[in-house]
Amino acid sequence: MDPIKAAMLKRSRSAKLEQRGKLISLFCISLIVIVVAAIFFFVASRGLATFFDNKVNLWSFLSKSVWSPAVNDAHGNPQVGALPMIVGSFGVTFLSAVVATPFAVGAAIFMTEISPKMGKKILQPVIELLVGIPSVVYGFIGLSVVVPAIRHVFGGTGFGILAGTFVLFVMILPTVTSMTVDALNAVPRYYREASLALGGTRWQTISRVVLRAAMPGILTGVVFGMARAFGEALAVQMVIGNAALLPHNLISPASTLTSVLTSGIGNTVMGSLENNALWSLALLLLLMSLAFNLVIRWIGKKGEMKR
Amino acid sequence: MNAKQKDRLATGVLYTIAVLIVLILASLLGYILVQGLPHVSWHFLTSPAKAFEAGGGIGIQLFNSFYLLLLAMLISVPISLGAGIYLAEYAKANRLTDIIRTAIEILSSLPSVVVGLFGFLVFVLQFHFGFSILSGALALTMFNLPLLTRNIEDSLRQVDFAQREAGLALGLSRWETVIHVVIPEALPGIITGMILGAGRVFGEAAALIYTAGQSAPALDFTDWNPLNIASPLNIFRPAETLAVHIWKINSEGIQPDAAAVSAGASAVLILAVLLFNVLARFLGQRLYKKMTAE
Amino acid sequence: MKKRHLLFLALAGLLALAGCGTSQSSGEAITAVGSSALQPLVEAAAEQYQTDHVGVFINVQGGGTGTGLSQIQQGAVEIGNSDLFAEEKAGINAKKLVDHRVAVVGITPIANKAVGVKNLTVVQLRRLFTGEITNWKQVGGKDLPVVVVNRAQGSGTRATFERWVLGDRQPMPAQEQDSTGMVRSIVASTPGAVSYVAFSYVDSSVRALALSGVKPTDQNVTTNDWPIWSYEHMYTKGQPHGLTKQFLAYIQSAKTQQRLVSKMGYIPITAMKVTRDAKGNVIDKQGEKSNGSN
Repeated sequence: MDPIKAAMLKRSRSAKLEQRGKLISLFCISLIVIVVAAIFFFVASRGLATFFDNKVNLWSFLSKSVWSPAVNDAHGNPQVGALPMIVGSFGVTFLSAVVATPFAVGAAIFMTEISPKMGKKILQPVIELLVGIPSVVYGFIGLSVVVPAIRHVFGGTGFGILAGTFVLFVMILPTVTSMTVDALNAVPRYYREASLALGGTRWQTISRVVLRAAMPGILTGVVFGMARAFGEALAVQMVIGNAALLPHNLISPASTLTSVLTSGIGNTVMGSLENNALWSLALLLLLMSLAFNLVIRWIGKKGEMKR
Repeated sequence: MNAKQKDRLATGVLYTIAVLIVLILASLLGYILVQGLPHVSWHFLTSPAKAFEAGGGIGIQLFNSFYLLLLAMLISVPISLGAGIYLAEYAKANRLTDIIRTAIEILSSLPSVVVGLFGFLVFVLQFHFGFSILSGALALTMFNLPLLTRNIEDSLRQVDFAQREAGLALGLSRWETVIHVVIPEALPGIITGMILGAGRVFGEAAALIYTAGQSAPALDFTDWNPLNIASPLNIFRPAETLAVHIWKINSEGIQPDAAAVSAGASAVLILAVLLFNVLARFLGQRLYKKMTAE
Repeated sequence: MKKRHLLFLALAGLLALAGCGTSQSSGEAITAVGSSALQPLVEAAAEQYQTDHVGVFINVQGGGTGTGLSQIQQGAVEIGNSDLFAEEKAGINAKKLVDHRVAVVGITPIANKAVGVKNLTVVQLRRLFTGEITNWKQVGGKDLPVVVVNRAQGSGTRATFERWVLGDRQPMPAQEQDSTGMVRSIVASTPGAVSYVAFSYVDSSVRALALSGVKPTDQNVTTNDWPIWSYEHMYTKGQPHGLTKQFLAYIQSAKTQQRLVSKMGYIPITAMKVTRDAKGNVIDKQGEKSNGSN
């Protein structure tokens, strides 16, 4: 074989590099998937034990409101009713998302459309700094400022869903904002130019073109914020009151899945019913975030088709 | 109201929102700093913590926080870079990719205590890493991965397709285009993502309680041999970080000056995050200038 | 890109070095995990022990009584710290574990300072926690609604309190906090709040309540006149040996008990005039047996 032909047939350095690069990136992504699968398996195997080993009825787990796994009720069944926590988790998550979304979208529009210079110089560092404040600190500010303020204004003890909402609002604001910024930045420039050229004002351009085009991205951001709110434990735990009771109103002590999980997990013995019941809460948490993701995927697909 | 007025009104509202957010942060920072700064001194920053007497510092915790952050970033950045590249450049739009994406999003919404316990059972017990910086860094990596991966993927996607075409037209392979053209261009976005991730890592407590541990044995800062148990560089020593220290003092601390130590430590933590932000931004800009033709 | 490769190499090197490092440099190392209430004492004792004995390493971690007992049961650690008798905890086979009592902790009810009550009977206290008394004026205090703050389910402090105050009654569902520090700051700041903490956490921000005239003092605990107390246990799997044995002996020695244990706010085992077993039977040290309540 002549050398030229050999050189042509041999795979070039570039092609080898390409192969290697692809392999590396594939390896990285599979690593993440393996980690997720391992966690899922781990949580599921412990969480399902409540129902299979301890014979707790799934329906009563979801619909009963007494959470006291160590104590049996009159029929000798363990009292694991997770309804108060489910209500509490959904309550704080939705409320904080409802409060945070307008702020986050507003801030993002400000940063991308109104004043990118000030946005970059002031708002972006501010938002990144908000992420850096640890949840413990948020919790203590909540406990020493927000809770007394609520007690003062609305009466009661001050602990409850309202206090949790306030704290979570500040905590998820950066997540939602930065993801909305990304979504807005991803809207092609010519969309805006076309709208402005048609004589639209800046606000018309923003509200009818940019926001609409970025909607799937914004929704993803909101869901990410909600996911963070759902999974947040320490800060919420300090201000929500942590009582496994169905909340009567926004200022009565309540609890979330994470707060019960976090406070109880170190005090229970691996493999006991109390411990398994807590893992069931963790499993519920996982499934809910899965459900969130599916809903958003669906919204995203719808949004894409309309565009 | 006509379109012009609406435009002005909306602009006003947006400005108000921006100002409000800055105010919220300013008052948060102000509150933390006013409460904490009076307790911060050189002695506080450098001396080890006391278990039950007044006058303890946070020197070791501070070092641990930075070291742990460095290690966690060293592990998680390459992995998420690879994963981000795969998702942005190679992944086909099919069901498998969908599942991968969902998996990443689920990982990011896990409560930290679950990750912590998982890390405890797997790294600390199964792999025999013990309560150590390594276990902590691996647990933090699990947190960091989804956030970083997503961020890197987004940053890469934002790079104009023309740039890729130019790279390919020059005869570069896809991988080379990504490494030499796309990543440098996406660097500012990636750096931002890393800062966000670092902030989250820095303040994380719940996942570290069961992995890096809640004790900070005395370190010998003259001994830089990573083999020795007292060396600051040893990655198999237990390492309480600043955030864990704040949590611990607030929950079970019996020091007479616990409130002051916790306020001071919070202020230092915030300042460290601030410093880190500024530094990372500066380095990112330098790097961007060096790697692109700008 | 070269730099990154170098960094990887350095990290890999560090890992490898540290990997063989742990096996040789630490002459002897043990780990104690569990109760966060006992952690400060064990940590301080370990610190002193390590200064006296060069080359040993005692790693002390919290994580909770449940974690301590499950880890010692699995043999994953050398010592499991617990606030409770292993017999009292579901899912633990106490027969395989050896109990080492290292201190006694008294627990006292505390209330917000504004409630106007300093003394309660056990029955009144019980009714507060079962929800039968909802206003402080029913027990001679001010017209303030009662806010009950509990420790988390399964916490050792709560188990002790409920055993000696509530007996077989169930507490009403109420706020739960998983740490003493949080409980104290909530009671201090919430009007009408009542809860319970270990003696060493009582400070001027809250009011400790007397029970039927008996004050919550160490003296009253040693004679069992104050019934709400518990042992702090350090469990080993089978009889301890080597460093574990020496360290336990060090903590239980008269010197450590008298100096360190009482200095840190625990009650020394050696000061107790009575003993109590897992079933609650109280035995006078003189040998006279009296019946435990409940």
